[in-house]
Amino acid sequence: MTDQWETIAREGFQFFGKMSASISHEIKNALAIINESAGLLEDFSLLADKGRPIDPERLKGLAQSVLKQVQRADGLVKKMNRFAHSADDAIRIFDVGEALDLVISLVQRLYAMREARVELVLPDHPVMAVTNLFLLENIIWLCLEFLLTENHKVVKLIPETTGEGVRISLVGQFGFPDDPGRVFPSEIEKALLEALKAELRMEPQAGKMILSLQKNI
Amino acid sequence: MRVLLVDDEAELVSTLAERLSFRGIEADWVTTGEEALKQVEEQRYAVGVLDVKIPRISGLALKKRLEEKCPEMKFIFLTGHGSEEDFLIGSAEAGADYYLIKPVDLNLLIEKLNEITKK
Repeated sequence: MTDQWETIAREGFQFFGKMSASISHEIKNALAIINESAGLLEDFSLLADKGRPIDPERLKGLAQSVLKQVQRADGLVKKMNRFAHSADDAIRIFDVGEALDLVISLVQRLYAMREARVELVLPDHPVMAVTNLFLLENIIWLCLEFLLTENHKVVKLIPETTGEGVRISLVGQFGFPDDPGRVFPSEIEKALLEALKAELRMEPQAGKMILSLQKNI
Repeated sequence: MRVLLVDDEAELVSTLAERLSFRGIEADWVTTGEEALKQVEEQRYAVGVLDVKIPRISGLALKKRLEEKCPEMKFIFLTGHGSEEDFLIGSAEAGADYYLIKPVDLNLLIEKLNEITKK
């Protein structure tokens, strides 16, 4: 394995681990609510045995809560499954809007904790790309991590089809990271960009970062 | 005994508070660190049960702020995150009196609440 691919592999494991931990944390929360709802139902039945009537509205509310949490957990597992399969192929054709939407949904909770958010602005027509999906997800996450700072908490992702391929603009009111000494793109981002045969242009004054993917790689 | 539950999952803490009340433990709940800091100004609590990850402030930082206001308060941390070993180390470093992994084992929580308030 070359140094570049070692760097990419190491970063890929970290990215996958972060996303998995975030999703598993949310699944745990859904399970915790189901657990408490079941416990409360049990408490109500024990109280009913002692002659205290059960309010049907409370039972209905608890049943709805359990159903809601099951749907939440199911949605999370589906997302995790989609994410896991994004590493299946070295190259594939995919909808960039869907890929970005998946990254956003994976990082949503992490960023909510920081009061930050990512907005996706989709064009009328799907933006299709042919490249390595997992590496693209990884570089997008690294760009977001650089852009979403203590002072700048909103970034817009705008995918577009161009004559040369695909352009993804990351637009925010950024320009100065929390750590002024931080180098971006670092060796990790450079290795990912090279593997994707992509270019990253920084326009700090405009608060913009533009990731360009070639039509055919 | 009166406890304060802090977790951004309202359905979780509200249900947990009701279940604790059935067992003779008065429990109030809030979903943010700011609410928790406000709540301790109005009410005294024996124990704070804090989620490690809540928006804007970590459970560990919130514990420090609450301790400044209520030095006698004890703390139990809750998490759905990370390995038990990592969490144990983190909780120990933060000076938690106990830690619990979600989903919460209610009997264990009550046992630990009783244990740490008798210390």
